[in-house]
Amino acid sequence: MAVIRDVIPQLELFQPSSTDDALALLAEHGSDAWVYAGGLDTLDWFKDRVKRPRVVVDLGSIESLREIRSTADGIEIGAMARLIDVVNHSEIQAQFPALAFSAKSAASPQIRNVGTIGGNISQDTRCWYYRDGWTCYRAGGNICYASPPTAMNREHCILGASRCVAVNPSDTAPVLVALGASMVVRRGRSERIVPAEEFFVGPEIDIERMTVLEPGDLLTSIRVPSTWAGARVYFEKVRDRDTWDFPLVNVATAIREDGDTIQDLRVVVNGVAPTPIRLTAVENAIRGQARNEETAARAGDIAIQGVSPLTHNGFKVNLMRNLVKRSVRDEPITA
Amino acid sequence: MADYKLLGKNYQTPDLYAKVTGRSKYAEDHRAEGMVFAKLLVSPMPHARVRSIDTSAAEALPGVVGILTADELPDEIEAPNEAALTNEPKYEGEPILAVAAVDEQTASDAIELINIDLEPLPFVLDPLDSLKPGSPNARLDSNTFIGRELGEVKWSEDDLAGLADGEIPMEAEAAAEWSYGDLEAGFAEADVIVEEHSYNQSTSHQPLESRTTLAYWEGGKLYVYPSVQSTARAVGPMARWGGVEPSDVVLINEFTGGGFGGKISGYVHAQIPILLSKKIGKPVMMRISRREENAIGRARPGVQARIRLGMRSDGRITALDIHGIGDQGPYGRSGDAMNVAGIGSLCYQPLACRMRGTSVYTNTPPRGPQRAPGGVQSMTMLEPIIQKAAKQLGLDQVEVHKINAPEGQARFGAPGRDGTQGNVSSAFAREAIDKGAELFDWTNRKERSGQRNGSKVTGVGMCLSAYSAGASGVDGLFVIKPDGRMYIQSGVGNLGTGSTFDTMRTAAEGMDMPWEKCEVAWGDSSQHLPWSCSQGGSSTTHAHTRANWAAVEDATRKMKEIAARDLGGSPDDYEIGGERVYRSNNRAMGLSFRLVAQRAIDLGGEYDGHELPEDINGMTTASATALAGQGLMGVAKDNYQEGGRRMSFVAGYAEVQVDVETGDIKLVDYAAGTDAGTIIHPKTYEGQVFGGAIQGFSVALASKWVYDKKWGLLVAKRFYSNRPPGILDIPHEQAMKWGNADLPDPFNPLGAKGIGEAAQGAGSGAVANAIADALESLGEGSGDFHRTPVTRDMILTKLEQAPTGHNRLTAHV
Repeated sequence: MAVIRDVIPQLELFQPSSTDDALALLAEHGSDAWVYAGGLDTLDWFKDRVKRPRVVVDLGSIESLREIRSTADGIEIGAMARLIDVVNHSEIQAQFPALAFSAKSAASPQIRNVGTIGGNISQDTRCWYYRDGWTCYRAGGNICYASPPTAMNREHCILGASRCVAVNPSDTAPVLVALGASMVVRRGRSERIVPAEEFFVGPEIDIERMTVLEPGDLLTSIRVPSTWAGARVYFEKVRDRDTWDFPLVNVATAIREDGDTIQDLRVVVNGVAPTPIRLTAVENAIRGQARNEETAARAGDIAIQGVSPLTHNGFKVNLMRNLVKRSVRDEPITA
Repeated sequence: MADYKLLGKNYQTPDLYAKVTGRSKYAEDHRAEGMVFAKLLVSPMPHARVRSIDTSAAEALPGVVGILTADELPDEIEAPNEAALTNEPKYEGEPILAVAAVDEQTASDAIELINIDLEPLPFVLDPLDSLKPGSPNARLDSNTFIGRELGEVKWSEDDLAGLADGEIPMEAEAAAEWSYGDLEAGFAEADVIVEEHSYNQSTSHQPLESRTTLAYWEGGKLYVYPSVQSTARAVGPMARWGGVEPSDVVLINEFTGGGFGGKISGYVHAQIPILLSKKIGKPVMMRISRREENAIGRARPGVQARIRLGMRSDGRITALDIHGIGDQGPYGRSGDAMNVAGIGSLCYQPLACRMRGTSVYTNTPPRGPQRAPGGVQSMTMLEPIIQKAAKQLGLDQVEVHKINAPEGQARFGAPGRDGTQGNVSSAFAREAIDKGAELFDWTNRKERSGQRNGSKVTGVGMCLSAYSAGASGVDGLFVIKPDGRMYIQSGVGNLGTGSTFDTMRTAAEGMDMPWEKCEVAWGDSSQHLPWSCSQGGSSTTHAHTRANWAAVEDATRKMKEIAARDLGGSPDDYEIGGERVYRSNNRAMGLSFRLVAQRAIDLGGEYDGHELPEDINGMTTASATALAGQGLMGVAKDNYQEGGRRMSFVAGYAEVQVDVETGDIKLVDYAAGTDAGTIIHPKTYEGQVFGGAIQGFSVALASKWVYDKKWGLLVAKRFYSNRPPGILDIPHEQAMKWGNADLPDPFNPLGAKGIGEAAQGAGSGAVANAIADALESLGEGSGDFHRTPVTRDMILTKLEQAPTGHNRLTAHV
């Protein structure tokens, strides 16, 4: 049968006004249901008729999911808070400027005005084979089109691949992992708290998902503890176009210093693997060291140990090394 | 510059208010009673043959009203031209059939019910692959064209002996060749010879408005609402596709969201709604999505070339030898590859030049002219080579360009049959170079070359670009009516450049009419529009200032004759001004335009358009005839002298900052010095200079296709993965600058030339040079890319000397 793109097929749309109603709908429709937040990941899938859920649950009418509030131990950001709300929030700006900056870097103003933080961290990969409807592993098939020597994989994995070589494209995700955030996930009447580091899943765990979220689950908020509030958190993203682009590689490094010494740190990169990757080897190697050019260079060198680039993405190795080095060496960029 | 009241002044074009308030109607904003929607079934393969199609289930779907297949198209299209629909698709995304239904969702659902059986055929993505011995061809009948004939060029094993992958044999067979001067002597005279392979990628046109079309038939006429660049010149093609006379076509297209050469006088796919509508008896709207536009919306042919350039120690280019391979897509005949030396020989005036080339058919989207066809490739590929030679000789980039720059009625390009080259009407290239150097502060700025700031290194580059800038021989038409207003007819398409209106200001200027009392009719062929040039090739400004000036001279003569007849004396005793025709030695003795208009109607004949010049185009005759009797008519064909090919020049200057740790390239500043004669409307002129430059930045930095080699399919299909530049990709910490030489072209009564095309190569060449300049400071050869776009990965790979997954000329990676 012939294929057509660019026209959304008929879908049953629900627009619940409360989280409970949304959860009830998700429970009722199970794997037939699709959670719709800002729509920026979703609408491509729908337009191309590649993903065809029967039911769409649009969270846009649930006001409580948009809230950003201070808690006893940090900030809780509703999953439906728009990227622009994260960018502009005064407390986030004051305590976690790198998070605001990553949300700003994620997209153009138009997209920031619609896209949500929950959507940004839950978004699917941008592997151009998978998104164009090629029946690869991730789409339920039994081949990866992006990994053969003839394939075009400039923007794919250099580590962590397992059959699938697609990368996680989120800009806010590595910052949230670096900040030790956790995700509040509800399912029916139950609620579980998932550390950001465990929220993202690679193909070795489930090749058809990017996160722990399963049918029936709903990400309701993100809790950012005050652990790293006011710390030196470096975020940088390298992309092809400044106007709007997904990262080739990004880095988020949180450092707590005692004088010149790195007392503690968390180093996370994204765009290099199926999930944001926390570089504990780097952390262990430079914890307790003086923060200087030499330490930074070492951090970069250790970061790329064990990488395995594909035909067209060898540059990502250099890029990852240099970004990790900069994240230790340079002052954070905040605008 | 002459002292004009309107020309050279900024004003608000008549279409602006509608645009900024969202009231402007583009093709897809139109509706017609009973309108249905068409969707396309397109090829999922790069090359295939339709074995069978079963549409029965689709036709049975409620809401489906009709299907159009390739078998129903009336005319055999002559190879290598393309048809609107085909049973042998030659690229992924090529339309095979169309389904009309009550809405797009139904039409799309119907397409999913169509059972289509395709036989895969061999395909070619990279032109060089089709030149190798025993390689496949993209077309079943040929892999290139030789003159007008389809043919085949295959290199032999001997040709390729000793060459690495991605190297072009300089002397191997080529489909076309031209030369002038003594090439051998030129190289012998050179103090430095630089030889490089270079690749300029194929780039989609990416106009913001895709080529949507609404068509219906009413009262024996075909009504069509397309998205085209031209108005007058689009009527004929629509008529041909509808199988009717041009006089039976009503074309309505008041606003077009860009074209860049991809929609000059229409597009064959407009035939689909035209014929579907005829078949089903309902208006048919065929909206084209971005993905479809990427496939059918034309692209610039990529060029792979081997280039050898000789330079004397004083900077003079003594010899230029190019073997260029053009990526033609599956259809048509483009001259881009051969034009690399065509435009190069104009900008740099090499003492001897040889161009050999072959445009190779590939199973990638159809190519067409894109803003400076061949010119942009020329600047982007040649400039870094010239800079490399100049650096080896220790010469300044600007000085080298000035030494080689054309002047006056300079000759260039392929010699004609009599052995002489064509010439330009005027060239003030050195003045443009000086203007740009001054704005950019080149003398001081070049000191920044190679400066380091942490991981960032600065580079500066300049480039001289040229391209066509005018046509001639078209018509001007206006009527001054007894209401005291001037009604100017514009057959010029409103593609966003402003020339639809800007060139009509010439008529108002010439008649000394206040602009507020002028009405411009445009964008609707039933509004009695005159014959126009195509809105392509930056032709319009030159052509329609001439045509309108001819109409001004016609109207002025008529007014003077009427005044002499009514007030005595001879016509030469009179002049016009202040909305009056009056006696030169007695201003009080005269007639107002209102009165003259009424008198023209009274007198009839040629005065009010009942008698018309014989040399005007038939379309103008029909329009003037319809307007006859309403006032004093100015109508004439432009018969002014031509002094050669109209070419404009732009000298681009760029500063970049390259981060050697991330490969990030930041475009810090850009300035352009131009030579396009008299400026008619500074604001739209600036739009062209900067818009062209930005499109050039895109060639140098971003825009490209990525193809999977095994499957022959485009993987970078999305707007974002095609990476056209956005506003943050251009210098934004300081304003870009431009200045014009302001020297009128002697072969235009107002001195005006077009500007749109030369502007692009200036942007791409200057940026390519600036990047090379920055990186060359890190070590010899570090700046040698000779491949665009220059992306982050290329810089990091180059600096780390890491392996790449492709050779220097591989297409579409």
